[in-house]
Amino acid sequence: MAATRDGYGQALLELAENEKVVVLEADLGKSTKSLHFRKAYPERTISCGIGEQNMLLVAAGMASSGYIPFASTFAIFTERAFEQMRNGVARPKLAVHLCGSHGGTHTGTDGSSAQSIEDLAIYRTLPNVTVMHPSDEVSTRILTKRLAASPNPSYMRTARNKTPVLYDDVPEDSIQIGKGIELKNGNDVAIVACGVLVSEALKAAKMLAEEGISATVVDMHTIKPLDTILIDNIAKRCGCIVTAEDHSIIGGLGGAVAEHLSMTSSTPLERVGVKDRFGESGQSDEMLELMELSAPHIANAARRAIQRK
Amino acid sequence: MQHTIEELEELARKCRIEIVKMVYRAQAGHPGGSLSEIDLLAGLYGTTMRVRPDQPDWEDRDRFILSKGHASPGMYALLAERGFISHEDLTTYRVLGGVCQGHVDMKWCPGVDFSAGSLGMGLSYGMGCAIAAKLDGSERRAFVMLGDGEIQEGSVWEAAMAAAHHELGNLKVILDRNRIQNDDFCETQMRMFDIPAKWRAFGWNVKEIDGHDMNDVVDGMNFLSETNDGPSILIAHTVKGKGVSFMEDNPAFHGAAPNDEQYAQALTELGVSV
Repeated sequence: MAATRDGYGQALLELAENEKVVVLEADLGKSTKSLHFRKAYPERTISCGIGEQNMLLVAAGMASSGYIPFASTFAIFTERAFEQMRNGVARPKLAVHLCGSHGGTHTGTDGSSAQSIEDLAIYRTLPNVTVMHPSDEVSTRILTKRLAASPNPSYMRTARNKTPVLYDDVPEDSIQIGKGIELKNGNDVAIVACGVLVSEALKAAKMLAEEGISATVVDMHTIKPLDTILIDNIAKRCGCIVTAEDHSIIGGLGGAVAEHLSMTSSTPLERVGVKDRFGESGQSDEMLELMELSAPHIANAARRAIQRK
Repeated sequence: MQHTIEELEELARKCRIEIVKMVYRAQAGHPGGSLSEIDLLAGLYGTTMRVRPDQPDWEDRDRFILSKGHASPGMYALLAERGFISHEDLTTYRVLGGVCQGHVDMKWCPGVDFSAGSLGMGLSYGMGCAIAAKLDGSERRAFVMLGDGEIQEGSVWEAAMAAAHHELGNLKVILDRNRIQNDDFCETQMRMFDIPAKWRAFGWNVKEIDGHDMNDVVDGMNFLSETNDGPSILIAHTVKGKGVSFMEDNPAFHGAAPNDEQYAQALTELGVSV
C-alpha cells in the first residue's frame, strides 16, 4: 500500500537533474509531497503562500521563459484558479503541470469542503490540457516524470490515502500518457476505472469471476486525451462497459467514455461515480461505501450492464 | 536608441491616431484606456525596453505584459510604430484571423508577451518571468502595466505580496491611474483609498508621476530602471481618453467606438487634416 501523492513527490526528485524543472507551492508542500524537492532544491522551489491564483500564473510566466513548472495544492484549491488555468495556461498552451492532491471523497475525514469531485470534469473541458488520475504510487511516479517532456499543460489528481501498489516491477515503457492499461482480460464486461477505484475494479472482477463472469479491467489513468482505440476494442470484445471513478458521474471518466460511445456504438454503459451530491466526513473505505463506489457496487453495475446487452 | 522628449510626444501622438482609427474601423474596442496609457507606453519603449523588433522572441528581451489587455489598440499602435508589426496589421484589429485580436494575445501578435484579457492576471505572470530571469542569471526585466480598476481583483494582491517576499527587483509595474473603469468612475464602483500607501505597505518602491507629462514619464522610467532593491511601481496619474476632448474623463468611452462625426473630430484634434 502506498499513496499516489508519494509517487508525485518521488518523481519530482527524480526530475531534478533537469535544471529547468521548478516546483511551486501554495503552503501545502508537506501534503502534496513536493516538500522533498523543496528540501533538496530550495532555490528552484517558489513559495506562493496561500495564493493559488497567483501560483498558476507565476508558473505560466516561468513556462514562457523556458522552465518546466510543477505546481501543486489540494485538488479542491486548484479549482479557485480555474480561470487562470483556462486563460493564462491552457489558452497560450504553456506547459504548466498542475497537481491536485487529496482529490475525491476518498480523501476522507476532512469532509466535503476538501473532497473535490469535479476537478477532472472541469479541466477536461480545456483545450490543450492533459488530464490524469493515476491509480497507484508507481504509475504516478512514472506519469509525472513523463509530463516533464510533454508540450501540453496538464492537470493530475493524486490521492491522500494509501491504495494497493499495482505496478511493482513493471517496465516504465509500459505506462504512457494517453494509453489505458488492461490489467485483466475478460469477455463479458469491461470495467474502465481511474485512480483509487482501479483496485476496487479489480476486486469487483474477482467477485464477478466467482459467478462465472469474466471481466476486463482497464486502468484509464489518462482521462484526456482518452484512449478511444482501447475503448472501441473492449466495447467490441465485451459488448458492455462500466466506468468507475471517485468523482461526479457528470463530466469525468464516465462522461468522457459516454461522449465517445455515443458517436461510435450503442454499447450499454453503466457509470459508477458520485451521484451529483456532496460528501461528508468519513474514513476512505466508509466514503467509498456511502457513495456506492466500492467493489460490490462496481460488480452490481457490471451485472446491470450485462443485462442490457 | 534614445529619443528627445519631443520625439516621444510625437510617437504618442501617432499612436493616438492609430488607436482612434482602429476602434473606429472595428466599431468596437477600448479607446479610453488606450489613450490614457499611450504616453507611458511611448516612454517605456522609447527609453527603457530592451527589445528587438526584428527578433521579437529574443530570449533575453525585457518582457512587457499589458495586464489591462483590453487596452490593446494602444499596444498594437506602439508595436506598429516600433516595427514589430506593420501598419497594415492594424487593420486586422478585431477582424477574423487578424494579428490584432480583441485583447492582446501572445499567440497571435509578435511583441506581445502575455495573452491578457482577463483582469488581474498580468502581475502574477510577470512575476514568473522575473523569477525565471533571476534563475537564468539574466539582466532582463519584466514590466507590467496594470489598470487602476484592475487592482480591485484580489489576485493582484496575492502577486504584490509574493513579489515583495521574493525581493524581485527586476519586476516593474506601471499603474495607469485613469480613475475610470467599465461601468463608471472607480470612486463610484469601488473606492480604493490610498493606493500608494497600499503598495508601500506590501513592500514595494513607489513613485507617482503625471502620466501625460513626457518629462515626468521619462523620470518615472528611470526610477523603474534604477530601483532594483525589490519590486517597484510607477503610479501614473492619467486621464482616460486623453487627447480626444469628448472621450476625456468620460466613462462612456471606456469601451465604445466613435461615430463618423466623432471620428472626424477626434482626428482633427490629433492634428490630422481630414
